[in-house]
Amino acid sequence: MGPAIQISYLVAAGLFILSLKWMSSPDSARRGVLAGEAGMLIAIVGTLLRHEVVNFEWIMIAFLLGSAIGAPLAYLMPMTAVPQRTALSHAFGALASALIGAAEYYRETPHGFVMVALVIEMLLGFLTFTGSLMAFGKLQEILPGRPLVYRGQNFINLGLFAAAAGFGVALILSPEQTWMFPVFAALALIFGVLLIIPIGGADMPTVIALLNSYAGLSASAMGFALDNKLLIIAGALDGSSGFILSVIMCRAMNRSFTNVLFGAFGQAQERAAEVEERPVRSAGAEEAAEMLESARLVIVVPGYGLAVAQAQHKLRELYDSLTRRGVDVRFAIHPVAGRMPGHMNVLLAEADIPYEKLFEMDDINAEFAQADVALVIGANDVTNPAARHDQSSPIYGMPILNVDHARTVMVIKRGMSPGFAGIDNELYYMDKTLMLFGDAKAMLTSMVKELSSVRA
Amino acid sequence: MPFDESLLFVFMLAAFLGFELVRRVSPLLHTPLMSLTNAISAIAVVGAILIAGAKDASALSSVLGFVAVTASTINLVSGFLITDRMLKMFKKRESGKR
Repeated sequence: MGPAIQISYLVAAGLFILSLKWMSSPDSARRGVLAGEAGMLIAIVGTLLRHEVVNFEWIMIAFLLGSAIGAPLAYLMPMTAVPQRTALSHAFGALASALIGAAEYYRETPHGFVMVALVIEMLLGFLTFTGSLMAFGKLQEILPGRPLVYRGQNFINLGLFAAAAGFGVALILSPEQTWMFPVFAALALIFGVLLIIPIGGADMPTVIALLNSYAGLSASAMGFALDNKLLIIAGALDGSSGFILSVIMCRAMNRSFTNVLFGAFGQAQERAAEVEERPVRSAGAEEAAEMLESARLVIVVPGYGLAVAQAQHKLRELYDSLTRRGVDVRFAIHPVAGRMPGHMNVLLAEADIPYEKLFEMDDINAEFAQADVALVIGANDVTNPAARHDQSSPIYGMPILNVDHARTVMVIKRGMSPGFAGIDNELYYMDKTLMLFGDAKAMLTSMVKELSSVRA
Repeated sequence: MPFDESLLFVFMLAAFLGFELVRRVSPLLHTPLMSLTNAISAIAVVGAILIAGAKDASALSSVLGFVAVTASTINLVSGFLITDRMLKMFKKRESGKR
């Protein structure tokens, strides 16, 4: 590798670091994308100039094919489907990494350290490939979102992983035994499938972040195998990013990694039947609109249900209409709102809601006490006060939004069915709570209509 | 190839740097962050090019290399484009009003 190429890799690594640094704020974030693109371009050109690279036809065809698939994937995906796209791209990244590892193995049959790196690369690559495809299937609702569990599942999974790792170690010790390679690959691929099957839809944000981390670490391991520091750096950045995000998600649900991976949370719990019928106060759009109009501070708590009902744009109309009347409207975003970290922010930003009105849980929780109205739309478990005091509740200890501290709570909901985790929400039975029964979009539409007629 | 332990130092420093950088990213941008790091880790395309373009490439490794270049290109193209598409939506005030 000539010095010019090394310098191109060094510059690319620097640009990737700047790219992440600039992502820290929305003002500089687009510059961050540019830096990343520039780094990528420099690294690719540098690689194409390496004297080992002599056949260009297929590389160019692959570039064209990849761009032809990638560009529509980026432009046509609705924002609600961003988690699926992300899962799919983890699958592609992991597949690339695993296949490169396989090609290296068959070409060089390396020994020692390089083989260790290759085995780690391929193990992570293969299991992330199938695992991400399963996550994609669940998010796209091709596969059932509910966890698939069976007796002895953890035992089988751990056994499978041990077997895959065992063949990996055997390959490191004697790489010439090529018959072991397909067995190793198959075990890793199957393990990826079985790892994700028992994980429920509610845990997808954590899982996506974790798979992100694995895909990055796999690329980093490839850097070790190819003696390429740029790959090591880029992979490590991606790996640590995914890891942090999954830790944030776990904390936001008060759960541990092992619990997410092996706990099969989110199963329908039979407890719902035990809850006796309790009275709730319900109201219509008219009453709700009047209360909102006379409020000073309204905090909206959006959940994924809002996006399912495609009601973000109606919410923006409500926001406009209230803001025009001098009502201070803010949005409280729980870390697990949406289907992946930060998803709800993107959905609201798409509906043109200014991002300074979007607040993180820790920044807004104290404000609920001053709020005249907390308006909960399509969110459930993250507002359940039981998480604070009811030790028998499955969500006990989970940080929640202090919706119940507001003077009045309004909840837009189709019916009284329990949420994702199958837990009854005591918020709904409080005296200060008004239930607005109906589809989120329809309800917001009639609230906006009421508001404009009040003015007329 | 002998074991070059400086690679481990590079990895460790990059991992710590990644932690520090990502911790500073506002949760507001966690989704674009993930698609950006996705695109960046498509740098695996470098390894894929070396496989696909090698002089002595066997049929098998040409095919594997071709698929790997394609998969990485999908990631880097769609990753950067969708990150930018999302970031364009984050507006401060009513400037984006239609």
